[in-house]
Amino acid sequence: MITLKNKTNQSIQAALFLLPGFILFLTFIIGPMIYSFRISFYDWNIVFPEKSTWVGLANYLEAVGDPIFRKAVLNNVMYTLVTVPGQMVFGLLVAILLNQQIRGKAAFRVIYYLPVITSWVIVSLLFEYMFSGQAGLINFLLRDILHIIDHNILWLADPVLAFIPIHLLGIWKGVGWTAVIFLAGLQAIPIQLYEAALVDGANRLQQFRYITIPMLRQTSIYLLVVLTAGALNAYISNLLLTNGGDPLDQTHFILTLMYEETFGNLEFGYGSAISYLLTIIVFIISVIQIRLLRNREQA
Amino acid sequence: MNSPGKNLLSKSLTYFLLLAGTVIVLLPFWYMLITSLKPQAFIFEIPPRLWPSEISLINYQKALQTDQFGLYFMNSLFVAVVTTASTLLVSSLMAYAFARLKFRGKEFLFYFLLSGMMVPPVMLIIPQFIVAKFLDLPDKFLGLILVYITMNLSMQTFLLRGYFEGLPKEIEEAALVDGASRWKIFWKIVMPLSRPGLAVVTIFTFLFAWEEFPWANVAIKETTKRTLPIAIALFQSQHLTEWGQVFAASIMGIIPVVIVFAVFQKHFIRGISTSGIKG
Repeated sequence: MITLKNKTNQSIQAALFLLPGFILFLTFIIGPMIYSFRISFYDWNIVFPEKSTWVGLANYLEAVGDPIFRKAVLNNVMYTLVTVPGQMVFGLLVAILLNQQIRGKAAFRVIYYLPVITSWVIVSLLFEYMFSGQAGLINFLLRDILHIIDHNILWLADPVLAFIPIHLLGIWKGVGWTAVIFLAGLQAIPIQLYEAALVDGANRLQQFRYITIPMLRQTSIYLLVVLTAGALNAYISNLLLTNGGDPLDQTHFILTLMYEETFGNLEFGYGSAISYLLTIIVFIISVIQIRLLRNREQA
Repeated sequence: MNSPGKNLLSKSLTYFLLLAGTVIVLLPFWYMLITSLKPQAFIFEIPPRLWPSEISLINYQKALQTDQFGLYFMNSLFVAVVTTASTLLVSSLMAYAFARLKFRGKEFLFYFLLSGMMVPPVMLIIPQFIVAKFLDLPDKFLGLILVYITMNLSMQTFLLRGYFEGLPKEIEEAALVDGASRWKIFWKIVMPLSRPGLAVVTIFTFLFAWEEFPWANVAIKETTKRTLPIAIALFQSQHLTEWGQVFAASIMGIIPVVIVFAVFQKHFIRGISTSGIKG
């Protein structure tokens, strides 16, 4: 009897501890998710929601058939293919360097982490300024110092070249975080493994290939999944560097297009369909990545 | 096995690479600082200089006085502080229930809450905007704060639950035997013992609220309610050439972050490496 009473009592207490959080969670995450799913099947009228018309899958079909949406997906895919390996390779390099017995470790860590903690808005504007067409630092370096180009390049006005600053920014901003995660992974590797390898006469490269890389497998899978999801959700750098899609809607990311359709053209239904498509894409890719890498491990 | 000469070589290479990386990381920041200290006439000077020919604080003065960046800074500070305090409270309450109390549906509720981490935040912007409109929250700080707390809830509750579970149970059990309520135990024992865990939550939530852009960009239209990231982005889009002031405001935006980071660096690194949260 006593335990039963105690248990009901604990349930009531638990309810009180959980209530504030769950009210917020349902109101601002779960509720909106369901609502947005509903909107995506309507030609949604934001002013008079009751006048919205049911259109079935039309919003989804429109997005899939729209060349601008397809270009945006392609842009996100390219961004992912460049920045995710970029962040992982440089992040691993920095982690390995910082994992050695060197002086000023703490200072290096703070420095490499600086871009991570600086807001996307600020670093995006900074890259816009550095890559500006007239007196930008990058043009100056390439033309007057390195003599690689003979005239100033209008980076951000070109639908292909605009991605160079966007990709570089993605890598530059993310390396510090990737390095910290890799560093934690490196420090979890038992030192005995290296000692045993040394006794067996393995050189640095062999140790790296046969100990470090396999032991970092879990960390790498984690990073790959998280960084890919992040790259597919990239938004602010593109919005600020190319106003979303300039020139001619060629440089959109999925989310800048979603944003423009929703809050620029007030197409809330279409915008919701785009965000659901993105969520589905991210989900499928994450599942594939986890499956493939886990399976290879078992094989 | 390794000869001293070889060792010296690899050490030098390590330092060389780390310093090269440092230059790549810091050069843009240095350029930003220098630009913020240049008078407008030198913003597009050719060749661009990495050392200013003339230092002036005019951009900072203008940013604070005519462009109201002081106001936006205070707005951001208010939103970030209230968000952080509320997130600490709400998520530690939840985390305590999940860590210590026995109740039906605990596992289910916990994983339900964690599912919130899978949702890409920007996807929620449209419906959140509609909900916020329904609750009459647009253009109010409360609208920012409530959404920010919620977006941090899953991750921070997860993190704190892990921390609370690691605390020794015996103290709490002794207090229970002495007749203390769960509420009292939470405040008098669990919270004071959890300072390092709470520090991690504080840092992440503060940084998140300080730099959040997509939601504020949608939810705040009134000029005087802008937060710093919104104000900086809008200022730049309206004054395309006044980079000095843009970067003066940016430097003001970076300083609190650097201070928080430098002070809590140890907690921070540990927090990232144990939880994998992106800063």
